[in-house]
Amino acid sequence: MIGSSMIVDTAASEIIEVEEGIKIIPAANTIITTIDKLVNLSRASSLWPLTFGLACCAIEMMATGASHYDLDRFGIIFRASPRQADCIIVSGTVTKKMAPVVRKVYDQMPEPKYVIAMGSCACTGNFYKSYSVVQGCDTFLPVDVYIPGCPPRPEALMDGLIKLQEKIKKETHRWGRTR
Amino acid sequence: MGTDEIIERLKSRFPDDILSVTEFREQTGITINKKNLLEIAGFLRNEPDLGFDLLRDLCGVDYLNKRTPRFEVVYQMYSIKNKHCIRLNVQVSQKDAHVNSVTSIWTGANWHERECFDLFGIVFDGHPDLRRILMPEDWEGYPLRKDYPVEGPVEEWQGFVEVLRKSEEYKQHQWYR
Repeated sequence: MIGSSMIVDTAASEIIEVEEGIKIIPAANTIITTIDKLVNLSRASSLWPLTFGLACCAIEMMATGASHYDLDRFGIIFRASPRQADCIIVSGTVTKKMAPVVRKVYDQMPEPKYVIAMGSCACTGNFYKSYSVVQGCDTFLPVDVYIPGCPPRPEALMDGLIKLQEKIKKETHRWGRTR
Repeated sequence: MGTDEIIERLKSRFPDDILSVTEFREQTGITINKKNLLEIAGFLRNEPDLGFDLLRDLCGVDYLNKRTPRFEVVYQMYSIKNKHCIRLNVQVSQKDAHVNSVTSIWTGANWHERECFDLFGIVFDGHPDLRRILMPEDWEGYPLRKDYPVEGPVEEWQGFVEVLRKSEEYKQHQWYR
C-alpha cells in the first residue's frame, strides 16, 4: 500500500485488493483490513525512541536525529521520558554501574516496547572485556535489533530502525489481552 | 623562574626531604619524602616567586615487581602567574598506603584523591570525604592495581547480579519469550 500507487476507478463497486490483506471498495470510500495491519502500521509509523545516550554512539545518534539525516521523516521523534517512549536505543558501552539504570529506564517504558542495541559495545561489549563493562546489553534486555559498527554511521542506525519497523509490521495480535 | 632555581629553592628550604630529581623530555620530577608532603606543597603554593596555584593533576602509579615501594602518587603542578611547572612524586608502600591529603592546599585535589583511592586503594589522610568516585560504592578491590584481574574478580558484583536476576524474573512479562 505504502510506496506503490495505482489508479482506482472510483465508481467501481467491486472490491479491489491493493495489497495482501488490504482491500478497498472505491464506490463506498471504504478500506477493509485487519486490526493487526492497522495497529502495526500505526506503531511502525510513529516509533518514539527514548533520549538516552551512553557513550560515543550517542553522538552519532544525535547526528541521525538532527536535520541532515532527519529521523523525523520516519515518524521517529525522540522523547525525553520513558513513559512516552516506545523504544530504547542502547547507544554505547554499558558499564556494570550503569546496567541497573538502563534496566530501570526500560522497565518504566509502557508496552509495547522495543530495544535496539546500537554499536559493538551494546551488542557484545566490543574489546572492553574488562571488569567494568557488561558483555552485551542482551544479557539483561530483550534486544530486537543489533546494529554493528564502532560507532555505526547514521545510515546504519536508520537501517536498524527500518528493520525494527519491518519487525513491528510482522507482529500479530499484540493488541489484545490474550496471547 | 627556571626549573633549576625551583629545585635550588626547595633544596635549600628542605635539604633532607628531596630524595631525587629526575629529568625526562624537559620535564622535571622531584621525589620527596612522604612525611613532609604538606609542608613542601604549602611552600610551593604560598611562596610568591614559586606560586604553584594550580594542581593540574594528581594520580597514582603502580610499580608492581618493578620498584619498592610499590606505589607512587604524582602531583603535577603549574603556576598560572609565573608560568612554570613542576612534578612531585611521593613513594607509597603497600603496607602503609597512606598519604596526607592536599585538599587543604588545593581544593581541586578532592576528586583526584578520591579517584586515586578508588582505583589504587591509597588512603589520603585528612580528606574531607574519601569515598569511591568511579566504581560502585560496594565494589571490592582496586581495579588499576597491576595484580587486579583484568576481566574482574570471579565473584560478580552484587548490583549486576541483581540486574540479571530481575531480567530473568521479568521475562514472563515479555511479548516474545
